[in-house]
Amino acid sequence: MISSRALQYRYANGPELRFDDVALPQGGVLLLRGASGSGKSTWLALAAGLRRPSAGQLTVAGQDMAQLPAAACDAWRARTVGLLPQRLHLSDALSVADNLALAYFAAGLPRDAGAIEAALAALGVAQLARRKPWQLSGGQAKRVALARAVLLAPKVLLADEPTASLDDDSAGDALTLLLETARRCGASLVMATHDARVLAALAQAQTLQIRVESRGQPAPVGSVA
Amino acid sequence: MRTLALSFRYLWARPLAAALNLLLLSLGLASMTLLLLISEQLNRAFERDLAGIDLVVGAKGSPMQLILAGVFHIDVPPGNIALAEVDVLQKDPRVAKLIPLSLGDSFRGFRLVGTTADYLHHYRATLAQGDLWRTPMQTVLGAGVALATGLKVGEHFVGAHGLGGGGRAHDDEAFAVSGVLAPCQCVLDRLILTATESVWQVHEQAHAQGEADQPAKQAGREITMALIQYASPLAAVTLPRHINRATGMQAAAPAVEVTRLLRMVGVGTDVLRGFALVLLLTAGLSVFIALWNALRERRADLAMLRMLGASPGKLARLLMCEALWLALLAAALGLAGGHLMTALVGSMLQSERSLPVSGGLTVAAELWIPLLAVLVAMLAALIPAVGAYRVEAGELLDAR
Repeated sequence: MISSRALQYRYANGPELRFDDVALPQGGVLLLRGASGSGKSTWLALAAGLRRPSAGQLTVAGQDMAQLPAAACDAWRARTVGLLPQRLHLSDALSVADNLALAYFAAGLPRDAGAIEAALAALGVAQLARRKPWQLSGGQAKRVALARAVLLAPKVLLADEPTASLDDDSAGDALTLLLETARRCGASLVMATHDARVLAALAQAQTLQIRVESRGQPAPVGSVA
Repeated sequence: MRTLALSFRYLWARPLAAALNLLLLSLGLASMTLLLLISEQLNRAFERDLAGIDLVVGAKGSPMQLILAGVFHIDVPPGNIALAEVDVLQKDPRVAKLIPLSLGDSFRGFRLVGTTADYLHHYRATLAQGDLWRTPMQTVLGAGVALATGLKVGEHFVGAHGLGGGGRAHDDEAFAVSGVLAPCQCVLDRLILTATESVWQVHEQAHAQGEADQPAKQAGREITMALIQYASPLAAVTLPRHINRATGMQAAAPAVEVTRLLRMVGVGTDVLRGFALVLLLTAGLSVFIALWNALRERRADLAMLRMLGASPGKLARLLMCEALWLALLAAALGLAGGHLMTALVGSMLQSERSLPVSGGLTVAAELWIPLLAVLVAMLAALIPAVGAYRVEAGELLDAR
């Protein structure tokens, strides 16, 4: 599960973000709403252990992030969190299968070719294993990136604007894919989005509204709907 | 996936850049290997051929020429000396051993040397086939000569006037092969040895005027030079001075001349070594630029690895491993290339019947080549690795 209380983050030379409290059960879905630059990605970075809270409490998959030593944070992230950034960042220097194997490299685990094949097959792209990312369509690349994010069966799946710049059909497919994959893995799913189509489709999901009142000033306020 | 395997894939993701860097680094290392192999073999040849020879006595002229002609057989001698003077020298109590050498003819570029059996004993040479000469006009071939000419025991050949080959043939005086030496890895391998009398016979026959002038000829006989071993260390102080002042001959100490020669050759070696170092430095810079560009191009890849959970140290190691691959591949190619170039130099020297240099020989100092390659590559990778260490995963979440 994911929970936060009085969570704050201060940029080095910028504003301080204050987030409303969250309590998301394991396997639940949380939508981060807000305009561009409001701090949605920062919340995701905090949940992934890529940034440290400046105040408050954040617990992800049972781990109090404030108590997680910096040295152990990378290993924890590798085995607990699946990240799907807005730009997919597949390495063009490597094949699709090798891109998935990077998850093992990062976690310090031996490559499991069978698991890679299974992850690609589960997302319907097993036949692309030997191709390079630049040979893939946008939809195929998204599936490959998602396969990499869930390869090590993370407890939390964090997705940043997964439907941005997609047409309606593709956005629907991407959303379905994410929800199905998270359900199959038993992972909690957190999506940062300001896409009205997603908000409409997941109207029943828990939502964290993040607002910036005045950039450069403290007190952008978030609220749980 | 292991760091080594991943770094190898990243390295060859840009094959042209990787190949050019590899080539540049390999060339520098091959040059170093070539220098190591040649200088080691020349030093060994000098030590081997000079062993036990304290003094070379010959005609007045350049002392170094005398040593190069008399000990290494890679130069022409300055002239001849009177046998009568050599006989006097042989009786000098300061002389323990004197080996006469008479030069003047050759066969297919290999020198014919008139001498005594002492010359063979001095280098502990043994016969592989046949026997030592018993009469004039019989010869014993060095192992290299037998291999190059194909001459066998019992066969005959005609020598040519001059040491370089291509001179006028002594058609009426054929030499017989009485024996072939086993390889001794010394100067004897590339010589044809015969009795001193053979050389006199060939040249006296060539200039014969009649039976009447035989006594005069015998009185005026010469040899080309003599190799001398001292009876005591004290002789080193007095004997060369005595010969140079009181006789018509010249005495040259090999130790002094070879030191001078190595100093002169050393300048050239230093220049070549400097050139090889410049090549290595250039290669190091090239590796640095390649890795620095790789860091810039792959910054997103590295950030993505951080996002997936790779530690900063792991990213730094990834860059270092790329450099390590380059170093190890370049070391292997450089060593192979160095041996190949040495073999080419050796074949050129062999065609000139000069010092033997082999590409097949390995020397302990070659172990420094991979270490040098790794050192250059690691130094080149250091700054890019620090850059990789500092890559932030948060960059990706902020990127649009």
